[in-house]
Amino acid sequence: MPERKIRVLVAKPGLDGHDRGAKVVARALRDAGMEVIYTGLRQTPEMIAEAALQEDVDVVGLSILSGAHMSLIPPILKLLKANGQEHVKIFVGGIVPDEDVPRLKEMGVTGVYGPGAPTEAIVNEIRATFKPAR
Amino acid sequence: MVKPNIGSILSGERIALARLLSEVENNSVAGQATLDELFPHTGKAHLIGVTGAPGTGKSSLVNQMALNYRAGKNPKQVAIVAVDPSSPFTGGAVLGDRVRMRDLAGDPGVFIRSMASRGSLGGLARATAAMVQVFDAAGFEVILIETVGAGQTEVDIARLAHTTLVVESPGLGDEIQAIKAGILEIADILVVNKADLPGVENTERALKGMLGLAHPVAKVFRHHGQDMVSAGREPEGKALWVPPILRTIATDGTGVAELVAAIEQHAKHLHNSGEWGRRERARLEAELEGLLTETLVKRFREGVTDIRYEKMVDRLVQRKVSPWGAVKALLKGKNGFTAKAQD
Ligand SMILES: Nc1nc2c(ncn2[C@@H]2O[C@H](COP(=O)(O)OP(=O)(O)OP(=O)(O)O)[C@@H](O)[C@H]2O)c(=O)[nH]1
Ligand SMILES: [Mg+2]
Repeated sequence: MPERKIRVLVAKPGLDGHDRGAKVVARALRDAGMEVIYTGLRQTPEMIAEAALQEDVDVVGLSILSGAHMSLIPPILKLLKANGQEHVKIFVGGIVPDEDVPRLKEMGVTGVYGPGAPTEAIVNEIRATFKPAR
Repeated sequence: MVKPNIGSILSGERIALARLLSEVENNSVAGQATLDELFPHTGKAHLIGVTGAPGTGKSSLVNQMALNYRAGKNPKQVAIVAVDPSSPFTGGAVLGDRVRMRDLAGDPGVFIRSMASRGSLGGLARATAAMVQVFDAAGFEVILIETVGAGQTEVDIARLAHTTLVVESPGLGDEIQAIKAGILEIADILVVNKADLPGVENTERALKGMLGLAHPVAKVFRHHGQDMVSAGREPEGKALWVPPILRTIATDGTGVAELVAAIEQHAKHLHNSGEWGRRERARLEAELEGLLTETLVKRFREGVTDIRYEKMVDRLVQRKVSPWGAVKALLKGKNGFTAKAQD
């Protein structure tokens, strides 16, 4: 169907202050033809899961710079699953130490990107995940 | 995908609702079929359009209005459809209206859905009307539809909604700001948001001046030092609705209770005057006409080979045939819809 678009929720969980990185990614995804629902700062796991449900997204992109990824991501995954959205792919951007990456992937996170990662890498991986669009 | 079960929609299952909204937005066969079944359950909701220039505070206002509808002894189920433009170049979009609606998080009586305009001319997505029908059938009593005002969009939203709010805000270059004449023809309620900022009086005055021109029957008189607008009477004795001008501060909720009261007043006016029924009829007729046009064009194009069609375009470009001549030639000898057999 030509109208099918990849829908991505971009959220910033946790309490750290700025969302410049998240906005850059949101724009890059838009420029790649995706529909990005941008939710802004200080989102709780409940808010993220609720928005992902209402917006029926394919992807949730999380920007976490506080280092709190290991405590923020499991509840989000749990809530998505409880809502019947286990098919949603999770991408994480931010400061994640190397040793945490395999642990996150084990939990079900699809991609993890450091602060310097080129946005094309994220775009390409999301596209690859949805080829052909679901 | 399997056809969504309408029972789960009618019983308010959120994941089923969210998925059906996608099907309907994508105009899938399953979505259409479900919508057919749901249609008898529609026609109950009050559809409220919120339009206005970028950044006037529409989302913040929608947030406050929803809070108001959710408060009190008789909270209403509120759905919000927030439409933002798609990029004409990439087809992508950043939909950011939820940022201003965080107060509504966690309330099971509210459902917020963002949608991109997906290249529809007006900016109001083609599927908006259909998505609204889904919410209506699902039992949402109030449906707030936010859309950035840009030319045709405003007309589209006014056609879809029962009550249309046009949101202005001060300081966009004051009176010369883009208060477009056409807006008064579609506004049921005029909102001057950001009433905490300097220049409110100017914006309000500009609106009032235009209102006086647009509604000559309305008499503006002074009462206790305030300008009051009295509705004139139409010949048949039906009360005339004169759009009120209301001040709000969407960041703290000032004036929102009054705004919601005015919206309710408008709904009452529509019912009492018979206008509600007329608007419903006009809206459904416009929808039918739009679908008919779309379907007929599509069906016709399926019956004309690309080669034949392209040749006709070539002839147009070479000025060998006029556009009307081309239409006549393409439709020739047939009603055009079974042209396949001929080709
Ligand atoms: N001072 C003041 N600022 C306001 C008011 N209402 C909204 N804002 C601010 O105006 C900005 C835009 O508000 P939004 O609610 O996003 O406006 P919008 O019309 O939905 O914007 P678009 O959807 O982008 O067209 C935000 O920074 C709001 O905080 C108000 O009453 N007073
Ligand atoms: Mg907005």
